[in-house]
Amino acid sequence: MSSIKVYVPTDTTSVSLGADKVAAAIKQQAENNKVAVDIVRTSTRGMFWLEPLIEVETREGRIGYGPVEPHNVDALFTAGFLEGGDHPLRVGKVDDIPWLAEQQRRMFRRLGATRPTSLDDYHETGGLKGLEKAIHMVPQAIVDEIKTSGLRGRGGAGFPTGIKWQTVLDCSGSEKYIVCNADEGDSGTFADRLVMECDPYSLIEGMIIAGLAVGAEQGYIYLRCEYPRAHKILNQAIETAYAEKILGDSVLGKGKRFDLEVRLAAGAYVCGEETSLLESLEGKRGLVRAKPPLPAIEGLFGKPTIVNNVLSLTAVSDILATSGGEYQALGVGRSTGTMQFQLAGNIKRGGLVEVPFGISLEELLYDYGGGSASGRPIRAVQVGGPLGSYLTEAEFDTPMTYEEFTEIGAVLGHGGIVVFDDTVDMAQQARFAMEFCAAESCGKCTPCRIGSTRGVEVIDRIINNEDREQNIELLHDLCDTMDAASLCALGGMTSLPVRSAIQYFHIDFEKEPEVNP
Amino acid sequence: MTVKPTILTGDIQDILDGLKHKPGALLPILHALQDHYGFIPSVSVPMIADALNISTADVQGVITFYHFFRTSRGGKTTIHICRAEACQSRGSRETETYIKQKLDIDFHQTTDDGAFSLEPVYCLGNCTCGPNLRVCDDIHARMSKERVDDLLTELGREAG
Ligand SMILES: Cc1cc2nc3c(=O)[nH]c(=O)nc-3n(C[C@H](O)[C@H](O)[C@H](O)COP(=O)(O)O)c2cc1C
Ligand code: SF4
Repeated sequence: MSSIKVYVPTDTTSVSLGADKVAAAIKQQAENNKVAVDIVRTSTRGMFWLEPLIEVETREGRIGYGPVEPHNVDALFTAGFLEGGDHPLRVGKVDDIPWLAEQQRRMFRRLGATRPTSLDDYHETGGLKGLEKAIHMVPQAIVDEIKTSGLRGRGGAGFPTGIKWQTVLDCSGSEKYIVCNADEGDSGTFADRLVMECDPYSLIEGMIIAGLAVGAEQGYIYLRCEYPRAHKILNQAIETAYAEKILGDSVLGKGKRFDLEVRLAAGAYVCGEETSLLESLEGKRGLVRAKPPLPAIEGLFGKPTIVNNVLSLTAVSDILATSGGEYQALGVGRSTGTMQFQLAGNIKRGGLVEVPFGISLEELLYDYGGGSASGRPIRAVQVGGPLGSYLTEAEFDTPMTYEEFTEIGAVLGHGGIVVFDDTVDMAQQARFAMEFCAAESCGKCTPCRIGSTRGVEVIDRIINNEDREQNIELLHDLCDTMDAASLCALGGMTSLPVRSAIQYFHIDFEKEPEVNP
Repeated sequence: MTVKPTILTGDIQDILDGLKHKPGALLPILHALQDHYGFIPSVSVPMIADALNISTADVQGVITFYHFFRTSRGGKTTIHICRAEACQSRGSRETETYIKQKLDIDFHQTTDDGAFSLEPVYCLGNCTCGPNLRVCDDIHARMSKERVDDLLTELGREAG
């Protein structure tokens, strides 16, 4: 009898919830029962409330069970889960779960389906199609395809990727670089991590295509050191890609060189800012550079450099494999394609939702998310990371596009959505925004470096009911100064969470101070 | 936890020789040293400066800029506690206070018996399953007080 395939994920989240222990328990129990089971370590589907989600290959397709804890394994065997048997943890055919089926996954289409470092799995699921096409195209044609797609950078600023690439292509000289920004520092975001842990070849492919498009032969992935698993998986995938002549001196045997190396960051949030990142890659302190010159013209080691987010580069593989036109047809207006929304924090069904731009927060929070994890009312939502505004229910119907969010004084950023229930103290959240800025400031601009520390003190006085009115006014002045005189968005956008907290949740700034016994 | 090796300038030189030719070699070197020793030994600073042809002040400046690098030996086990918003929304402030009380140390400190050090971290990317902690390369999710007790026990220290 051939062995039954059981899929168990290996990504950070699943393992943090016990996936390795579950895999070991299944192996043990299968041995005890003398049944042949082939445990295949795939990746997560991004439905984190179900992790560890194990899947069994049956005639009807993959049947899922989750969340499975090691102590459930015995009962699962008794229930005949290897044949798709009934059990309270059975979630049915995984591909049919509405949460998943209703998404339009493109950047994340392999999530949970393949073995992350298996190049065969990647190839069999349409991987390398984009690169195989691009290798026969002239550089300008590749750049034009990206322009047609309307792709905008997924790192936060939403800059049109095709225009950035054109600038680098137009620079003369043979020494150019492709830098992938994998610093993913925003709380509430994990989409870059998922690509790197679950589908690393799609990023590698996108970087090689970028190299072909602008004539660069060296790429670096600047990876945050908080992602040890992504580090290991990326390095394994890169090693395989070299062995299979996808990377190296003759990409796909066609005579063009592309080398790729992962470089580890060292825990500074500001190094996600592209010029700070380049300083760091050069082995320096991550001080933000003044622009111009643009990194596209004078970037890494002073050479023309593409800096793109992980997902921008992953989208490139998809766009080349299909077409710029097909991509452009998705989304709304100038927010084209699909966006990686990450439902995080106090949310019942959190995870990765990839859908075209234009969906509302309401749909994400309630239809996908199912409300808060605690079961209490959702009171505040922070979209776009620590420099994003706090929003209330009144904004939940805003369509999620770059344009609409700008309109309401908010940002989409990297697509992270952090949910808070009604136990949140928004004065503390405003304080944290300032504290974070103080801790992470690169120190170049006085308003950011000193202003944020002052900000913490002023908010403390407000909380302690010391001259509240004057201090709130002072806080606004401080925000004005930071907005106006900061070189980058760390100093320049910390005011968003602070001001939105005061504006929408002013009662939290009017409470009786807590008395310490 | 593995016992970190004694500091030998020969070993440091080997690490330097293996990496100094890379473009922008300083961060890879600092990571390699910290991987090996658990911190960046002060004797390595002039050696790094020499190998990369930069000043010791430059090296020192880079080490202090980045939160991840440390210049003294920490406890046997370092616990990184996520302090960022997604974990806050799931009760990390309480977890943080609990661990600090339990170990009787604050951030950047080590317990008297040298067993644990505590460091803050801003996001581990496990944002639907907080509060999160990192110990070595393992992420521990949903760290309620009970789970903290279990983890500390598992890490070789009786809870309580
Ligand atoms: C303080 C700060 C932190 C940032 N962090 C990141 C990050 O972690 N990842 C990222 O891709 N972009 C980050 N960015 C945006 C980058 O500066 C840059 O816009 C981006 O890497 C460009 O790539 P894209 O066009 O593909 O989005 C950050 C910006 C600022 C100001
Ligand atoms: S705003 Fe802050 S982080 Fe940005 S360059 Fe100025 S000091 Fe550095």
